[in-house]
Amino acid sequence: MTAATPLTTTPPLVADQPTAAKIAKKRLSSPWASLAAIVLAVLWTLPTFGLLVSSFRPERAIKTTGWWTFFSNPTLTLENYRGVFGGDGSVNLASFFVNSLIICIPSVLIPVSLAALAAYAFAWMNFPGKNVLFLVIFALQIVPLQVTLIPLLEIFVNVKLTGTFWTLWLSHSTFALPLAIYLLHNFMREIPSGLIEAARVDGAGHVSIFFKVLLPLLTPALAAFGIFQFLWVWNDLLVALVFAGGGDEVAPITLQLANLSGTRGTAWQLLSAGAFVSIIVPVTVFLLLQRYFVRGLLAGSVKG
Amino acid sequence: MFNTASTTPEKILQMLSALLLFAAVMGVILFIAGRFGGKKGDRIVAYLYLLPVLLLLAVGLVYPGLRTIYQSFFDAAGDAFIGFDNYGTIFSDADQLTVLRNTVFWVVLTPFVATAIGLVYAILVDKSRFESFAKTLIFLPMSISFVAAGVIWKFMYEYRPDQGNVKQIGLINQVIVWLGGKPVQLLIESPLNSFLLIVVMIWIQAGFAMTILSAAIKAIPDDIIEAARLDGVNAWSMFRKITLPSVQPTVVVVLTTIGIGTLKVFDIVRTMTGGNFETSVVANEFYRQTFNADNQGLGAALATLLFVLVIPIVWYNIRSLRQSEER
Repeated sequence: MTAATPLTTTPPLVADQPTAAKIAKKRLSSPWASLAAIVLAVLWTLPTFGLLVSSFRPERAIKTTGWWTFFSNPTLTLENYRGVFGGDGSVNLASFFVNSLIICIPSVLIPVSLAALAAYAFAWMNFPGKNVLFLVIFALQIVPLQVTLIPLLEIFVNVKLTGTFWTLWLSHSTFALPLAIYLLHNFMREIPSGLIEAARVDGAGHVSIFFKVLLPLLTPALAAFGIFQFLWVWNDLLVALVFAGGGDEVAPITLQLANLSGTRGTAWQLLSAGAFVSIIVPVTVFLLLQRYFVRGLLAGSVKG
Repeated sequence: MFNTASTTPEKILQMLSALLLFAAVMGVILFIAGRFGGKKGDRIVAYLYLLPVLLLLAVGLVYPGLRTIYQSFFDAAGDAFIGFDNYGTIFSDADQLTVLRNTVFWVVLTPFVATAIGLVYAILVDKSRFESFAKTLIFLPMSISFVAAGVIWKFMYEYRPDQGNVKQIGLINQVIVWLGGKPVQLLIESPLNSFLLIVVMIWIQAGFAMTILSAAIKAIPDDIIEAARLDGVNAWSMFRKITLPSVQPTVVVVLTTIGIGTLKVFDIVRTMTGGNFETSVVANEFYRQTFNADNQGLGAALATLLFVLVIPIVWYNIRSLRQSEER
């Protein structure tokens, strides 16, 4: 969908030359511009910050006073985090946390590998029906997941896979393919064809070209998509709800957090800590690999 | 291997065996591909590389999609053909009309507000000393799940009755009280609650808009800006005549991408209100009808409606991409 957006996102940084935005900003009487930026940044951070502070406050304090009173009367506790890991209550997020990891790893590795092969075929090989197939796969990006869930559930029931991780691995992998193929294809087309031809002249087959020539060059693209997919799967609720809604054995942490919010909507000591346990992994991945993530976003961003 | 794993070691073992199985399949494909050379071999290798993908897409995406469209013409149990009755229900039933109304609010407000905020912020922080930090702050909500975002904002909107010494614990109601107002049941009063849920989606998507637009702003050629600057163009015309036209194709992409994402969002509604108090949207109603109300037919029709609604947005996107390429 975003074919017009440039794939390479880092224009040379020339410090002294003004950009349109910079001039616009200067003329917008700078103090006001900075103030507006700060106000927006604060507004965007406050909600998360408020819940983060609350997750370290004693239960009674959370429920009777606002989190902003913390700064005049600071009391810290880790009790809430002990609570969501099975401390005294019936809530234990640990096994759901494991489930999320178990769901995510294959759901990232499988589509990335399959899409890399397919993208290679589309980018560097000639075969009848190539353009039509590529167009169809490209178009499949717009299919909303909702349309596929019930018939897919029926298939899983028929082959007796319900209640297993397989349902989630297979469905997440399938749903990821159109976008993955499209993204990786775009990256592969950027590799100069001379490299591939030279390797072919040297007598390399498709397998060795793929592994020896393309794979090293593709690592950033694979990383970009991998992070994209990881965040998507980790944060998913709908697919998990449909395929793993029945039992706790395979349910991911988002599902458990959603259930907690539904059944114990006022247990803020658990909800606040639980929310942060669930976001710690994606936020860490995101902060460490933001560069790749942005690259993936810029290369195409329509996802079912 | 295909059973439900219940202990952590079992789960890890199942994951490893699944990965091994997958590696074996890949190995076989690559091994066979390695046997073929030459031009004819090329074709075989290409189809071989595409085989698993086409298989998964056919079984997991194409067939289910067609099947759902077919099911949307059947009754609640999925037995009797009822023509367009389910669609009739969507466009006439009072509850369903509320769902449609809310969906329109979501799809119109979220893309425009999120894009506007993202664009303004991208311009404000461009080339400033704290640019990357400032951007990360706005961008961070993108990495959080809709469920966690729902929990975060539910806490913001929390309501405590206005009596005696009961203190507000939700920031929004506290601000209302500080300003001299009475606390409001923010998530219960319709249609206010729908707009407050939309705020959550805007909060998440503004970072996406900002990131993409920021890259587009940085790609504007320097000589254009320099020329405009020498002409003594003021900030507002610089924005209107240079920045906006240059990033316009990107704005369309951002708007449509957020629009499509918004159409399909259901986690926020489900986590924050469960679709009650007149906050349901099509994506949430699909789930409710299918699983809670046991109306397979209506659920399928709602899913199909989602699909149909995506098409004009994508069509508009492709059309404007073409136009900007022709220019």
